[in-house]
Amino acid sequence: MVHYNRFVLDNGLRVLVHEDNSTPMAVVNVLYDVGAKDEDPAKTGFAHLFEHLMFGGSIHIPDYDEPLQRAGGENNAYTTNDLTNYYCSLPAENIETAFWLESDRMLSLAFSKKSLEVQRKVVCEEFKEHYINKPYGDLWFKMRELAFTTHPYRWMTIGKDLSHIENATIDDVKAFFHKHYNPSNAILVVAGNVTTDQVKGLSEKWFGPIPKGDKYQRNLPAEPKQTGAKMMDVTADVPLDALVKTWHIEARLEKGYYVADLITEILGGGGSSRMYQALVKEKQLFSSLDCYHFGSIDKGLLAIEGKLVKGVNLEDADKAVCEQLQKIQNDLIDDSELQKVKNKTESVIAFEDMSVMSRASSLANYELLGDANLMNTELDRYQAITSEDIKAYSKIIFDTDNSNTLYYRSKN
Amino acid sequence: MLNRKKSPAIVDAVEFHLQLKPYTKFTLDNGVEVYSLHAGAQEVLMVEMVFFAGNWYEEKNIVAATTNFMLKNGTKQKSAFAINEHFDFYGAYLNRGCQNETATLTLHTLGKHLPKLLPVMSELLTDSVFPEEELAIYKQNQKQRLTINLKKCDFVANRLIDKYLFGVDHPYGKFSSAEDYEAINREDLIYYYNKFYTHGKCIIFTAGVLPADIKEQLNNAFGSLPLNQQPLPKVVHPTITATEKKYNISNDANGVQGAIRLARPFPNRHHPDFSKVQVLNNLFGGFFGSRLMSNIREDKGYTYGIHSYLQNMIEQSAWMVSTEAGKDVFAATIAEVYKEMARLRDDKIEESELHLVRNFMMGSLLSDLDGPFQTISRWKSYILNGLDENYFHKAINTIKTVSADELQELAKKYLNEEAFFELVVV
Repeated sequence: MVHYNRFVLDNGLRVLVHEDNSTPMAVVNVLYDVGAKDEDPAKTGFAHLFEHLMFGGSIHIPDYDEPLQRAGGENNAYTTNDLTNYYCSLPAENIETAFWLESDRMLSLAFSKKSLEVQRKVVCEEFKEHYINKPYGDLWFKMRELAFTTHPYRWMTIGKDLSHIENATIDDVKAFFHKHYNPSNAILVVAGNVTTDQVKGLSEKWFGPIPKGDKYQRNLPAEPKQTGAKMMDVTADVPLDALVKTWHIEARLEKGYYVADLITEILGGGGSSRMYQALVKEKQLFSSLDCYHFGSIDKGLLAIEGKLVKGVNLEDADKAVCEQLQKIQNDLIDDSELQKVKNKTESVIAFEDMSVMSRASSLANYELLGDANLMNTELDRYQAITSEDIKAYSKIIFDTDNSNTLYYRSKN
Repeated sequence: MLNRKKSPAIVDAVEFHLQLKPYTKFTLDNGVEVYSLHAGAQEVLMVEMVFFAGNWYEEKNIVAATTNFMLKNGTKQKSAFAINEHFDFYGAYLNRGCQNETATLTLHTLGKHLPKLLPVMSELLTDSVFPEEELAIYKQNQKQRLTINLKKCDFVANRLIDKYLFGVDHPYGKFSSAEDYEAINREDLIYYYNKFYTHGKCIIFTAGVLPADIKEQLNNAFGSLPLNQQPLPKVVHPTITATEKKYNISNDANGVQGAIRLARPFPNRHHPDFSKVQVLNNLFGGFFGSRLMSNIREDKGYTYGIHSYLQNMIEQSAWMVSTEAGKDVFAATIAEVYKEMARLRDDKIEESELHLVRNFMMGSLLSDLDGPFQTISRWKSYILNGLDENYFHKAINTIKTVSADELQELAKKYLNEEAFFELVVV
């Protein structure tokens, strides 16, 4: 059970406090309700580039990192298709430094041209390092475009194309800031060796005076229901053939999401999972095979991704995957297999909750979903899932018309 | 009126009195030492068995790593599937890892399931059979994985730089090839397993919310195994450092980035310079505010990240600079690294920069010690390196007191361009 207190400042900033006096540290986590899905299709990669610019100096403070490090703190941030999250941890005595730094960059950035120029290059190198200069690096660019016709999950957080980042201007940066970075669009979580009164005082002092700004009204185009199997076949300079298949699943708070989560465990979670045992160990069609989903807030994807054993052809491997999917659609899973994946879920949650930093970011994430207390009740949603649910949702998810298949062939 | 230009007062992290929470040590009936730490809020724990079964002791390449990996692939009583099923059913993780001197078997679990899991861990140590079929699958999949990794410039660079530093026959410098996987057989594994696991030398570390009967549970599972009965073989591996210093390797004709590694040999933790150089290294390239990061990423934008660090090995270390940079800027990147070395040799570090690094390192240490798994992991590192709590206090004292003059002397002693291997893999 993770205890927390919650209050809202007059400017709309939601604040959550999780007290844990067993640690000497404090974590300050600021989540902004903006992700790659909020980007203009002609200017993708911007939410993530912007995350880099948030460290390039704010209106009153030329450098974010230096004062934090001087206070014994560390920080980082990440951007997903759904959100942008900034977090720092520092000795609890010095927590005010984090309030000072975070509130100033919520108030306004310095919009330094030099910072934009440098971070454009840094992000281009990041793009090359992870997506161009790696075998299979472009695989998910292709799969996302295949699976989504309409919803902005079509593109990767890093952006559709290097040129989108290279062409970003300081005016784009300012417009993005004013649209998304304000108190009504943010969630502050403070965790660790702090008291709620102390956090209230500091929040009022540092974040209270920030103008409310306009609440961003999200109005994203919904992905229409897919009505036919989609298929793409590419050849690239990679050593081995790869197979990727995806299916649309329900949004984050729907029952189908939780069922899909357990389905990925049944099929691909660990050495005793069905597909690992059948396709890697017994039939030896794949040298590696994973089954997972994206954890997206809007309707996302469940994926099966594997590298083929040399000599096996893609069509046969695909067929063998489909046979496994047939089984889970047609036969009820037995109680002990269901119990296994539930036990695993319980254990994953317990391990995740060990660090203060991860508790803080979970609280922010659940608050974004609408209710921070979901963090304490989510396990019940998993516990309530039955064998019948698994079967029923498998039929819906693994419907051929809902499937996307990418054959990624080795040139050699 | 709130003055946002003025930073709030801080407590200097160097004022902190850092404590390493002490472990409790006990011994099983067979003499196996257990270091335990009872702490934490979640009902989870870890049990790590460290065997002296790393690649230091192997006579044939990759035997140590393969034996370690295949500990979960079948016993006299259970198939690989049954073993996985058992741990998965309880939501537990049983991981293995092979390092140079040591190899590990590590369990993470909710405490309530521990009695169901320890006996099977024990079975893996006495009854593993290394089935031919499992080995064949492993060899095939590892060879395939290797062909993919060999396409990655960073993977290739990491292998080569260690080879230049230590020699291709040294445990720190050798690496796997497809031929090595071909050559390995079941008898190699059984021999190694019998000698270094079943009859090997073992130390156990456990941490988390431990049950009251942890000692009995561990003793029941492991206390009667034939561990720690025979002395470890004394094996000496001479280091053969490459004579050529500069390398430019073309690995992928379509590569758009080069993996850069600059490295020099460096003594191990027992050397009096080690802790001081940790401070110098932080300043040089050890954190986000370091000189390499500030110059090469934050000023020039040549790379997504650049880091320097002392390698984490027992016998000998190396001082490494590591980055990936665009094809058009990697030469400029290397030139800037050397410039930063020269600056550290030529100019005394300003007090304010040194102060920042001291505070950062103390804060980072405080955060590293937060939680039972982190604390036991630090203890493990000390124990395996033959160090004790004094090392911790000395290292903290060094962070607080090492002077700018000393650091400049160390830069002159170690940060010389001609002492470094220089490697670019595109």
